[in-house]
Amino acid sequence: MKDVVVVGAGPAGCSVANELAEKGYSVAVYEKRQEIGAPKRCGEGISSYAMDNLNLDVPDNCKMQPIDGALVFSPNGDGVTIDSGETVGWTLERKMFDKWMAERAAKAGAEIRAKAEVVDLLPENKGVVVDIEGERKEVESRMVVAAGGVESPIAKKAGVKKPSKLHIVDSGYQYEMVNLDLKDDRKLELYFGDEVAPRGYVWIFPKGESKANVGIGIAGDIDKTAKYYLDRFIENNGRFNKASITEVNSGMIPVGGLLDDMVADNFLAVGDAANQVNPIHGGGIREGIRGGIIASKVISMALDEEDTSHKNLQKYNQIWWEERGRSLRRVEKLREVLEDLDDGDLNYLAEKLKGEDLMDFSQGRNLSKLGKLLLKRPKMIKSARKLI
Amino acid sequence: MTWDIERRKCLRCGGCVGVCPVDALKLTENGVKIDEEKCINCGKCEKICPVGAITVGDKE
Ligand SMILES: Cc1cc2nc3c(=O)[nH]c(=O)nc-3n(C[C@H](O)[C@H](O)[C@H](O)COP(=O)(O)OP(=O)(O)OC[C@H]3O[C@@H](n4cnc5c(N)ncnc54)[C@H](O)[C@@H]3O)c2cc1C
Repeated sequence: MKDVVVVGAGPAGCSVANELAEKGYSVAVYEKRQEIGAPKRCGEGISSYAMDNLNLDVPDNCKMQPIDGALVFSPNGDGVTIDSGETVGWTLERKMFDKWMAERAAKAGAEIRAKAEVVDLLPENKGVVVDIEGERKEVESRMVVAAGGVESPIAKKAGVKKPSKLHIVDSGYQYEMVNLDLKDDRKLELYFGDEVAPRGYVWIFPKGESKANVGIGIAGDIDKTAKYYLDRFIENNGRFNKASITEVNSGMIPVGGLLDDMVADNFLAVGDAANQVNPIHGGGIREGIRGGIIASKVISMALDEEDTSHKNLQKYNQIWWEERGRSLRRVEKLREVLEDLDDGDLNYLAEKLKGEDLMDFSQGRNLSKLGKLLLKRPKMIKSARKLI
Repeated sequence: MTWDIERRKCLRCGGCVGVCPVDALKLTENGVKIDEEKCINCGKCEKICPVGAITVGDKE
C-alpha cells in the first residue's frame, strides 16, 4: 500500500512526488509515455522569478537560453520592447527538464515508472489500475493525485474536471527551427492581431544559436487550424527562408475555466489536469509546479490526520485560490477584455503602453491602467469598466 | 456517424481527448482511438485539432 499514487510524470506530478517523498511518504508516479518529457507540448519559456520562487535549482543542461525581455508586435507591425537589462527568464529544454524533475523526485525516494498507464481508479479512489508495459496490476494507495495534463481522463473519471468549452482552450502548434534569423537572441518575440493569430498570439522563443520554438496558440473555436495560421505567418516572412524544422509539436492549452473544486474523496488534481495555467500567455510549467507544492502540503497534513476526505482536502482549494487562483482570475478577466479588442484597439494600446506595463498585466497587476486607456475608446467603455 | 482521423497528420498531442465531453477518445501510443458507442458527433475534437487531422460527419 502506497501513501500516494501520482498519475503522470510532468512538472506538476513530479513536483508533488518530490515534496512528499522528501517528507518520507511512499509515492509512486506512473507515466504512460515511454520517455518522460518527450515529445514536448511546450514553448519552453519560464521566468527566473518562477524558478527562484519554486526552489528549482535547475541544472545548466536544461537551460538553453537566458532571456532578458521581449519584442511585442501589434497588428500594424509596431512594437513595444520589454528590456529588463538582466536575465528575467529562460528557454528550457523540456525533455531534459522534465526528466530532471522526475530524477529529483526519484532521488528523494519516489518510485517513478515510465511506460505505465493508469487505466482506472480503484473504488473510493483508493488506488489505481496500472498497465505497465502490457501487464495490468492494482496498486492500492491512501490517495490518488491526477497530474495527467490536458487529457486528464483520470481527473474526469473522478468527477473533478469537466471538459472545457472550446472558447477557453487554445489550440497550439509549433515548430522547433534552426538557421533562423533572430531579431535578438535574448528576447522573446510575440505577434498579435486577428490576421496573425485570432484570440491568441504567435511566439518565437529563442533557444540559442539561431534556434527557436516558433509557435502559435489560437482560440479553440476558430474555424481554421493553428497550423494554417502558423504556416501562413512563416510563409509571409522572409526570415524563415533558410530555416529548417527539427521538431513539430502541438497541444491544447487551458486558458480559463479555473476550477473551484479540485478535490474529491482521497483524490486531488494538479497542473493542466486542474486547468492551472496562466490564461493570458498559456504558461503552465510554473503553475503546475506551484500547484504541486501546495497540494503536497495539504496531502501531508491530511495523511497525518488520517482524514483524506473531500471535506478535509478542501484546504487545497482554499490555499490555491488564495495564492494563485485570485490573481489568475484577474488575468482571465484581462483575457476576456482583450478578446473584445480589434486590431485598431491593439495598435492604439501598443502606442500608449510600455514594456513594464505588459509585464504587470500578464501577472494581473495594474489592470486599472489598461482600463483607463480603454475608457478613451468609445466602444470599449463597457470592457474597460471590468478592469477598473 | 462518421469519425475519421488522418493518422499521418496526427501529432498525438491529446488536445482532442481533453475537449471530448463524453470521454469517447483516448490517446494511445498508436494515436487517438475512438469509442464510437460513446461519440455524440459534437465536433469539438475536429475544431480543436491544431493540424486538422479529424473529420466528424453528420449523424445518420
Ligand atoms: C504549444 C504549447 C506551448 C506551451 N508553451 C509553454 C511555455 O512556453 N511555458 C509554459 O510555462 N507553459 C507552456 N505550455 C503549457 C505547459 O506545457 C503545460 O502547462 C505543462 O506541461 C503542464 O504540466 P503538467 O505536469 O500539468 O502536465 P504535462 O506536462 O502534460 O504532463 C502530464 C503527463 O501525464 C501523462 N499521463 C496522462 N495520462 C496518463 C495516465 N492515464 N497514466 C499515466 N500517465 C499519464 C502524460 O503522458 C504526460 O507526460 C505550452 C503548452 C502548449 C500545448
